[in-house]
Amino acid sequence: MSGEPAAEREVIIVGAGPAGLAAARRLAELGVKDILVLEREAEAGGVPRHCGHTGFGIRTFYRPLTGPAYARRLVRAAAEGPAGIEIRTRTTVTRLEPGGMLRVSAPEGPATLRARRVLLALGARETPRSTRLVSGARPWGVTTTGALQQFVYLAGLKPFERAVIVGTELVSFSALLTLRHAGIAAAAMIEEGGRITARRPGDLIARMVFGVPVLTDARLVTIRGNARVEGVEIERGGTRAVIPCDGVVFTGRFVPETALLKGSHLALDPGTGGPVIDQHGRCSDPCYFAAGNLLRPIETAGVAWEEGRLVAAAIAASLRGDLPPPARTVPVTATAPLRYVYPHRIGLPGWPVPSLLLRARVERETRGRLRLLANGREVWSRRVHALPERRISLPADRVPLEGLETLSVELVED
Amino acid sequence: MPENSDAVYDLAVIGGGVVGCAVLRRFALAGANCVLLERGADILGGASKGNSAILHTGFDAPPGSVELACMRAGYAEYLAIRERLNLPLVETSALVVAWTESERARLPEIVARAHANGIADVREIGPDELRRREPNLGPGALGAVLVPGEHVIDPWSAPLAYAHQALANGGTIRRNAPVEGGAFDGERWTLQTPGGPVRARVVVNAAGLHGDLVEAICRPSPFTIRPRKGQFVVFDKPAAALLRAIVLPVPTERTKGVLVARTAFGNLLVGPTAEDQEDRETAAVEEGALRALIEKGRRILPALADHTVTATYAGLRPATETKDYRIEALPDRRWITVGGIRSTGLTAALGIAAHVHALYEAHFGALAGRADPVWTPVPNLTEGRDRPYQRPGCGEIVCHCELVTRAEIEAALTGPLPAGDLGGLKRRTRAMMGRCQGFYCSWRVAQLAAGRLADLKVTKAAS
Repeated sequence: MSGEPAAEREVIIVGAGPAGLAAARRLAELGVKDILVLEREAEAGGVPRHCGHTGFGIRTFYRPLTGPAYARRLVRAAAEGPAGIEIRTRTTVTRLEPGGMLRVSAPEGPATLRARRVLLALGARETPRSTRLVSGARPWGVTTTGALQQFVYLAGLKPFERAVIVGTELVSFSALLTLRHAGIAAAAMIEEGGRITARRPGDLIARMVFGVPVLTDARLVTIRGNARVEGVEIERGGTRAVIPCDGVVFTGRFVPETALLKGSHLALDPGTGGPVIDQHGRCSDPCYFAAGNLLRPIETAGVAWEEGRLVAAAIAASLRGDLPPPARTVPVTATAPLRYVYPHRIGLPGWPVPSLLLRARVERETRGRLRLLANGREVWSRRVHALPERRISLPADRVPLEGLETLSVELVED
Repeated sequence: MPENSDAVYDLAVIGGGVVGCAVLRRFALAGANCVLLERGADILGGASKGNSAILHTGFDAPPGSVELACMRAGYAEYLAIRERLNLPLVETSALVVAWTESERARLPEIVARAHANGIADVREIGPDELRRREPNLGPGALGAVLVPGEHVIDPWSAPLAYAHQALANGGTIRRNAPVEGGAFDGERWTLQTPGGPVRARVVVNAAGLHGDLVEAICRPSPFTIRPRKGQFVVFDKPAAALLRAIVLPVPTERTKGVLVARTAFGNLLVGPTAEDQEDRETAAVEEGALRALIEKGRRILPALADHTVTATYAGLRPATETKDYRIEALPDRRWITVGGIRSTGLTAALGIAAHVHALYEAHFGALAGRADPVWTPVPNLTEGRDRPYQRPGCGEIVCHCELVTRAEIEAALTGPLPAGDLGGLKRRTRAMMGRCQGFYCSWRVAQLAAGRLADLKVTKAAS
């Protein structure tokens, strides 16, 4: 690998989406100079760049914006804030190495960059058809919401004319809006489960505004067609039917975009699918921090933006020497029906105020009492009705750091 | 390409799979005026599209068979020419692992056959050595046959390199040129294609999955193609660290069984299934079979449970009633049949080409040979060898998962053999073949390739 190691930067942020841009701006506000943001796409802004619908920006700018408008505002906020932020697009990080050393590939060629702290804000993506093990040949016309949005909003192209949407998460309705915007017919939305995953009013919009049939308890049996999609075969209540279409949009089932972390020295958590972090967003190598949807699948852009700011404050503190590398860590454990909890551990001695809330999700719909136990003793509890698609938040500031030996979260079912 | 209908080729090869490409290369290098006719929009779209990408020694091939001879010759030639064509070799070795006592009892006969086939370094190893070599293997592995010479290659760049070298040395490739019929006047063939007749003094039938249908142009086909589908699961790249060797089961009468192997691109492969079907065109994956493969993979490598699936695919092997290849010259008809080339075709292709060349010279006269052949190195797509993104001035990266540059995609869409369809573009570049399967880059690839690929159709969006 060529490229002389460049001068050490204060902070390199990998990913110019809401979390990365929020962190850049916040770091600059806190007096950190020399912040480099690396973005592999041609434009900064992250996923909102290709979400044409409105609903972004409430947390950040106190007004609803479309995704592209929100992305532009985020980029402007970083550019117009205190000096010291450089955003480099079309720059792909190809390797993470211990101690904040990054191998990158840019149009001019490969290079090695170093920073005292690195923030990973790589975002999330949807699970593609192959990972879902869907039957059929592999024709053109099978896509995900994100890929479809980029066709429509970035390239002004339609990959097909009539599509079936698989899934009923919030993003599935965003896929529906994208189809409408592009002039692509929506043949149906299909959902394996017995109910729509997204909260209202998504289903009402689909049914009543767009007149698209939303089929629950409908299993996708196979994709028909060889070179081009010709239809999907579904099974519903023991009978099979074919819905003619030339496109299939697989929606949701987000996973953190951890391509760069796999094969690196950083620890990953199988529960969240993201990096193992502590209460300040620090990874297993304390030079590295993480924020936004890389942490788990997924929260809104506003939540990612907020996390970017919170972790930025921890990074600034660690640069000042106020947040030394942890001397020891206490794992945070969760048991079924909880699928995961993060941060995954508490780094001690911590900064008195945690940067991130404790957040958890359940595997299945559950009613019961959610308990936070430190050294085996309950420090907080609350009754919950938890759904798998909704996050559960717990107050990390209730955790007594002094003498902490164990920390666990449990959900005692009714 | 309109053709002077009076032009007569020395040789026409029907079928642009790995075998057809290797045969065309061989004859182009021999100085013959030769043409390859491919029915699809691109070469390698049939049986050569999906296989296990292994360079086989032939240790388990039927002794004395044409298949074995072609595999041995093909293996040797691949190693001899690969550097000049910039083709990779992942030196993995293979282990035929016994999981039951009855399988272990069969290991000595596997070693004996390997020795009889001329692969002298094959030997049986015990459970301790097996465990040392492959510590991640699941419980219950009782021993294995070690085949040091089995390796992994790039299954598409190899035949593409053969095709490119054929073109650079005077060969012709016509795509979208299905042979719909033909007539023989005692001296030469006139083959009917939608683009007009193609005349040749000798025809090679390398039509793979359509071999028996093409054979019927010459004579009642002595064999029937029975497509056998093989499904595969490709795991994400970190899984490749779990294994060094290709892990094979002790074969049964019907199939070589499910193997686990690294790929040249740095993934881990589990497959294939073996399912007979009628359809010669469609190789569909099926959820139940994929789940069974994953289950099988996890029994062999329990740590696979922690790894995600990147891709699934299926390929069709042109099986016939019998196991051996159907290679035969019909001197009176000036026709050479190359049929029933099963999963070993990737290895054997160069050997088959040499064999066909020998048949040609025996019956139809010697070829002069090309004094100073042109070598055409192909772009490297594999891990562990230099890739464009690592070079100064590499330009924009389009596919972030596989680190494919815009320049690589544009190169694959131009030149003497541009990609003809989406599969062809993927095989030439690996764009969209990584873990996101096009989430990030399919729009960009579509922008770059719009109007240039048969199956990639995009239209302008409303508003």
